[in-house]
Amino acid sequence: MIARLFSFRGGIRPDSHKKESSGAPIRPVPLPARLVVPLIQSSRGGARPIVTVGDKVLKGQCIGEAEGKTGTAIHAPTSGTVSEIGRYPMAHPSGLESPAIVITPDGEERWIAHEPLDLATASRDELILRIQASGIVGMGGATFPSHIKIGKDSTIETLVINGAECEPWITCDDRLMRERAADVVRGAMILRRLNGARRVLVGIEDNKPEAIAAMSAAARARMDTEDADGGARIDIVTVPTRYPAGGERQLVRVLTGIEIPANRIAGDFGVQCFNAGTAHAVCRALVHGEAMVARIVTVTGDVERPGNYEVPLGFPVADLLALCGVRPGVDRVLMGGPMMGFTLPKLDAPITKGSNCIIAASPGLFPPAPPEQPCIRCGRCARACPAGIQPFDLYWFSRSRNFDKAGEYHIFDCIECGCCAYVCPAHIPLVDYFRFAKSEIRARDEERRAASQARARFEFHTFRLEREKAEKAARLAAKAAETRASLSAAAKADAAEQNVAPPPPKPPT
Amino acid sequence: MLPPILTALLIMTGIALALGAALGYAAVHFKVEGNPLVEQIDAILPQTQCGQCGYPGCKPYAEAIASGEAETNLCTPGGDDGARTLAELLGREFKPLAAGAVVEKPKAVALIDEASCIGCTLCIQACPVDAIVGAARQMHTVVSKLCTGCELCLPPCPVDCIALVEEPRTPQNWKWKYPATGLRVVA
Ligand code: SF4
Ligand code: SF4
Repeated sequence: MIARLFSFRGGIRPDSHKKESSGAPIRPVPLPARLVVPLIQSSRGGARPIVTVGDKVLKGQCIGEAEGKTGTAIHAPTSGTVSEIGRYPMAHPSGLESPAIVITPDGEERWIAHEPLDLATASRDELILRIQASGIVGMGGATFPSHIKIGKDSTIETLVINGAECEPWITCDDRLMRERAADVVRGAMILRRLNGARRVLVGIEDNKPEAIAAMSAAARARMDTEDADGGARIDIVTVPTRYPAGGERQLVRVLTGIEIPANRIAGDFGVQCFNAGTAHAVCRALVHGEAMVARIVTVTGDVERPGNYEVPLGFPVADLLALCGVRPGVDRVLMGGPMMGFTLPKLDAPITKGSNCIIAASPGLFPPAPPEQPCIRCGRCARACPAGIQPFDLYWFSRSRNFDKAGEYHIFDCIECGCCAYVCPAHIPLVDYFRFAKSEIRARDEERRAASQARARFEFHTFRLEREKAEKAARLAAKAAETRASLSAAAKADAAEQNVAPPPPKPPT
Repeated sequence: MLPPILTALLIMTGIALALGAALGYAAVHFKVEGNPLVEQIDAILPQTQCGQCGYPGCKPYAEAIASGEAETNLCTPGGDDGARTLAELLGREFKPLAAGAVVEKPKAVALIDEASCIGCTLCIQACPVDAIVGAARQMHTVVSKLCTGCELCLPPCPVDCIALVEEPRTPQNWKWKYPATGLRVVA
């Protein structure tokens, strides 16, 4: 057991709004007319399509191979026919299009043969390869490829399983841990084996007593019945409800007391953190041989039937909303939670591996923000900020496009949790300013990199032209000297023959 | 005992010689390579190497500005922002770009229509950053990661097969907008 909990800096206590969707069990959804599976579903790389239009595919069949070391594979979410490979809107605040494979379901849901691994004999590398081939990425929303995270050969002491689910409205991990606790625990133990941690801590916020009970029972059952884990412990830890307790750094701090500096990662301190959903997916992939083809999505807000649904990847958001019955008055749809999510620009965007929640928002539930007023320097934002930065300074620099200063004041430490904007009495959309400044800084850095590359290439180009000129001149001079020499030799021979003094040879011009 | 005036003169001469020696030493041993002002100006210029300023590249233009020969408002890709930064650096008065100069063009790169390319190598010779690969009578292609979008390869092409295409928007280069501040209705 762990002796005591620690506390992280800042944080807020917003209304949790979990009751709306946490009551009903996870429900399946009927298949839509078509599924649009994006090729890029991780933050680090995409997949290369290995099917062509017209191909028949089975559920769980690989349709996109992992591209490079950092890519993750994608799989057919149901059986059917590949009807198109084209560009479709993606689930991204930009509303940009990305390459996707469209599958028309045949309604039979025929699985490809499952090929589970024999965990007792499989090597670490085999397991990690299978994680990549099964397309597993972080399910908490960041979609970082799990095989890269786990594959780093570091010395890990503690594995943290993140079941905090601190953001209001979202309940998908809650339901998952209530209903499929055994698989989550099993997956956690596999991850522990892969990173060599000595202990496993599962952090769950105290507003989810049912999930805590289910997970504790599963953990006890696991430790009692089997000896396969080498006697390793898994502890379910109740953490106080405070947003953002589910942030990786915050949860690690609460459970272990380790404060991770902004420029380091948890692995540097012997801690690795995975989402509960990721642990579940790892178990499905390795123990049952099922690739990642669906995820649990909370649909909530102004809908008739809020709840958690097991949604095949590529399911259009509009279809999902139609299933749940959108109430009149809904004027925008959020993907992710109200704090860290974003407004979907297009509703035909598909559900992807990182989509944990869909909220139908109406002015009644989410009143429009009152107009922004000047900052009164009250400092509330700084007290609420879990990253320990000064949002009001950053706001000032971002607003005036003073990006160098914003960088100097650590804008990239901001985790965009939204605590500062939540507490600001002047209703300043601080996070919007920070997102704007961050993307401007990234673009500018990229421009500078390209400029210095162009400068170096131009300098080499100039140098090359000069060198070529010099070489050409040298070649010409050498040739001239040769001609002169041969001419004078010929002239001498002539002179010797005729015994008369010849006129001196004219040097070639 | 020397008269005080001579003592003073000797001391002053001694100090002058010592300082002169120190300065001379510093001038030789801490010599700055190149002209630091030119480097500073060059760092502000966008390195498109397009020659629209009338000089054969960004570095030559930087040299011309440093020597006072050129104005600070000739760089079209740098835009008014660039001109302002240059003016600030040099303490000169800010002059906007000449009217009619196109500014704020989205970044674009050259693309060769490979079916029409006759392999004349003229574009290779025009490219200031060696971003085109190909050989005589072989199809040419632009390495788009290296292309600065300077358009210098467009006029020499005898079959007009090079076009400038806008860089596609991706989630990586997409930017968040400046937050729209809520307008208040006052009347
Ligand atoms: S909370 Fe708002 S008003 Fe107060 S200091 Fe921060 S930005 Fe300014
Ligand atoms: S959004 Fe950024 S600045 Fe604001 S409280 Fe969160 S971490 Fe701090």
